[in-house]
Amino acid sequence: MLRKIRITVALFFFVFITLLFLDFTGTIHHWFGWMAKIQFLPAILSLNVGIVVLLIALTLIFGRVYCSVICPLGVYQDIIARFGKMQRKNRYTYSPAKNWLRYGILTLFIVAMIAGIGSFVALLAPYSSYGRIAGNLFAPLYQWGNNLLAYIAERTDSYAFYATDVWIKSTVTFAIAAATAGIIAVLAWRNGRTYCNTICPVGTVLGFLSRFAWLKPVINTEKCINCGLCARNCKAACIDAKNHRIDYSRCVSCMDCIEACHTKAINYSHARPQKQTQTQPADQQQTDDGQIDNSRRNFLTTTALLATTVAIKAQEKKVDGGLAIIEDKQPPHRRRAIVPPGAIGAQHFAQHCTACQLCVSVCPNGVLRPSTDLTKLMQPEMSYERGYCRPECAKCSEVCPAGAILPITPAEKSAIQIGHAVWIKANCIPLTDGVECGNCARHCPTGAIQMVPFHGRHRYRGGAGDDKQRPTVMVPAINTERCIGCGACENLCPARPFSAIYVEGIELHREL
Amino acid sequence: MDNIHKKEITRRDFLKKIGIAGAATAGLAACTGNGSVQDAGSEGEPTGKMTYRTNPTTQDRVSLLGFGMMRLPSAKGSDAHEVIDQEMVNRMVDYAIAHGVNYFDTSPAYCQGFSERATGIALSRYPRESYYIATKLSNFSPSTWSREASIAMYHNSMKELQVDYIDYLLLHGIGMGGMEEFENRYIRNGVLEFLLEERKAGRIRNLGFSYHGDVAVFDYLLSRHDYYKWDFVQIQLNYLDWKYAKQINPRNTDAEYLYAELAKRNIPAVIMEPLLGGRLSNVPENIIARLKEREPEQSIASWAFRFAGSFPDILTVLSGMTRMEHLEDNLRTYSPLQPLTDEEFSFLQSIATQMMEFDTIPCNDCKYCMPCPYGIDIPAILLHYNKCLNEGHIVTSPQASDYRQARRAYLIGYDRSVPKLRQANHCIGCGQCVAHCPQRIDIPKELHRIDRYVEQLKQNTL
Repeated sequence: MLRKIRITVALFFFVFITLLFLDFTGTIHHWFGWMAKIQFLPAILSLNVGIVVLLIALTLIFGRVYCSVICPLGVYQDIIARFGKMQRKNRYTYSPAKNWLRYGILTLFIVAMIAGIGSFVALLAPYSSYGRIAGNLFAPLYQWGNNLLAYIAERTDSYAFYATDVWIKSTVTFAIAAATAGIIAVLAWRNGRTYCNTICPVGTVLGFLSRFAWLKPVINTEKCINCGLCARNCKAACIDAKNHRIDYSRCVSCMDCIEACHTKAINYSHARPQKQTQTQPADQQQTDDGQIDNSRRNFLTTTALLATTVAIKAQEKKVDGGLAIIEDKQPPHRRRAIVPPGAIGAQHFAQHCTACQLCVSVCPNGVLRPSTDLTKLMQPEMSYERGYCRPECAKCSEVCPAGAILPITPAEKSAIQIGHAVWIKANCIPLTDGVECGNCARHCPTGAIQMVPFHGRHRYRGGAGDDKQRPTVMVPAINTERCIGCGACENLCPARPFSAIYVEGIELHREL
Repeated sequence: MDNIHKKEITRRDFLKKIGIAGAATAGLAACTGNGSVQDAGSEGEPTGKMTYRTNPTTQDRVSLLGFGMMRLPSAKGSDAHEVIDQEMVNRMVDYAIAHGVNYFDTSPAYCQGFSERATGIALSRYPRESYYIATKLSNFSPSTWSREASIAMYHNSMKELQVDYIDYLLLHGIGMGGMEEFENRYIRNGVLEFLLEERKAGRIRNLGFSYHGDVAVFDYLLSRHDYYKWDFVQIQLNYLDWKYAKQINPRNTDAEYLYAELAKRNIPAVIMEPLLGGRLSNVPENIIARLKEREPEQSIASWAFRFAGSFPDILTVLSGMTRMEHLEDNLRTYSPLQPLTDEEFSFLQSIATQMMEFDTIPCNDCKYCMPCPYGIDIPAILLHYNKCLNEGHIVTSPQASDYRQARRAYLIGYDRSVPKLRQANHCIGCGQCVAHCPQRIDIPKELHRIDRYVEQLKQNTL
């Protein structure tokens, strides 16, 4: 019974947290956004004291139910392990705790968090790992399914579904997500909750607390017949059946042992904590850590791609119809990364973000994508090749569970400067193509750009009638005081592949 | 005033005569000076019932339905390239010829320059004397203004069409760049003189021009009719442009005037845009209701074709048919033509008046503006706007009862009809398209207006 309740609640959490990463329309967030906010690490990072106290209290009463119900990565492992169990029943065995590894990683983790090495933090954190898996591996499938429905809807003249772009936001992050998913799946298949009890820093912290939990599975030695069935069904490998001992720091209160026991010798009840036998190290667990690092390194090298800049000259029109080829935009080299409004500044953002990719998943404009910068690897940053930070949207700030992007309204956003536009004369269409433009000024939501006559020297390349007296060339003039850095100008600039106007991030956001 | 008066009489005269001749036997008696022949097949099938008109100079017996080769069906190629579906073109041409169509109108510019070749492939399977080919000297681009380039274009047309003479050759779109451009394209380089020589030599059987834009060029060319001896002139005529072309766009001219000027000189008219690129078949709901109430079994498009076909001095009515169904419907309308009665004529005028209340953008999807050098899909943007307007999906305030539905329909439909990178917000307003538009739409202005509307919908700030 207890096990069934656990499974039901866990699936409920798992499905809706996954949907948070899949639903690009933002409707699910309205109802279930809180599920991301009650995740342990994000709650700590966002200094959400209420949630942290609640989770600690939960653990002190019920044990690590957080790990078996609320944590999506935990449930993900249980699902994989279920398939493993189908292959061979009663597959687990007791193994002693590897405390030096657990506490070692926890210490490193805390140090990295204080030092602000976001990439390391993000690599280990369970919720953000799952976020990356869902956002990178599951979301494309979901979106393709949606696009199929949209295709059908289009043919039946229905507006119920609309197509969405499916794209890999960062190959590095994608690779890390795939590697994480793979490694954790293998571990879960073979040994259940290995990750949770050796690597996961949240598991270590909660494990420390759960030893003092009020309720936990207790072996009734009078009823126990020493069959060892409980130990062979314990995915946490924490039941020492011979000695009738359970390592409560590793027990995730999954209730499997209670169900497995034929003599009902295990009860979920209050018992005085027993002294733990602490045994020494291990062998295999070291590998996963190393593997992740290696794969990351591999993918980093492959992403250094050279952008070929083939300027397509506007063709002379001789026949009717057809579409000019549009070259893809390339991101400019920004000296400072742009972080979303609500992030206060680069430092605040880096310190709080767990790189769970929830904001990346919900960004409807294709602006947010994981960084490839080593010190803030996988933490999102903004770029405007596919769209710009639209005035009516503040979705990333609504979903962020870690307080890296604080909640703001679209109205507040319109007065937060996250960067400022910079004009690149060499790319500006009026100077290179000799045509009127002003598309940046036309689309600036704050009116920070006006077109002014250009008196300087420029070289107009090509086109008929060079020698003719041309009318005054107008070029954009940016008022950086009013510019909020939304990127409308950069995104809508006709110059390709590099825009003639781009946004440079600023260290600390400014309210205008 | 005098002109208008004259036209009225012509029309009334014509309609009266039709009344005498009997409604079913169309153009015959109507063509006052031209004397047209009417082929009334006796079978119940539409085959052999096509209405024909006779060209007064060459005595060509031309089918009232002319096949326009500007909107040929395309097999979807990659993003930027559409390939003509030649098999479909052949099938449609076969069907058209089998049902009496014998006039085919193309141009070196149509369908990204591939229309002539497709037309040549389809028609070369028939005896040369069984069809009439019309093509144009489409030397719009300044680089083709030279005598050599223009003549090369003319010779290339013959090569693509696989013919050694052309039945109907047109100066393409005179008036689009005003008098100045006309002089450059045809007079200063001596190209028009060359074409007159070619006509004398028999390699051009009929010489004419198609007109859009500046009416000064039209008037000038007609004033020199004694010298040039135009065999035919192609004009835009339909029930909306009959009296409202100028009102829709002050830079255009009412068809009523154009037709009367030609009729006065006994110059046969070839009609283009009888359906305004489908805009006269894709009409608002209440107009559909009115038309269907009158003729429940006839298509909406048939009204437009009957309107154009009813004028006596018209040689042929061109229809750019993309689909077999278009062809079938048009064949039904003209096999034979049921000319409009006087009463029906004024009924269509009242329909036109009602249509003027809708603020549709007069784009006929001719794609002359394309390709936009910055990749905008201009016709697709304008057509989507018109579609939403016709469906009542253009809202003016968020208080409107169907605001949410209209917003969704516009925005989702927009992304479906036009790829994001080709939408109106990427229009930089360079204005290179404006000169190419035969309807003289201020394209950048309209695109920026639509962009503002889209922004308001997206931001909910309408």
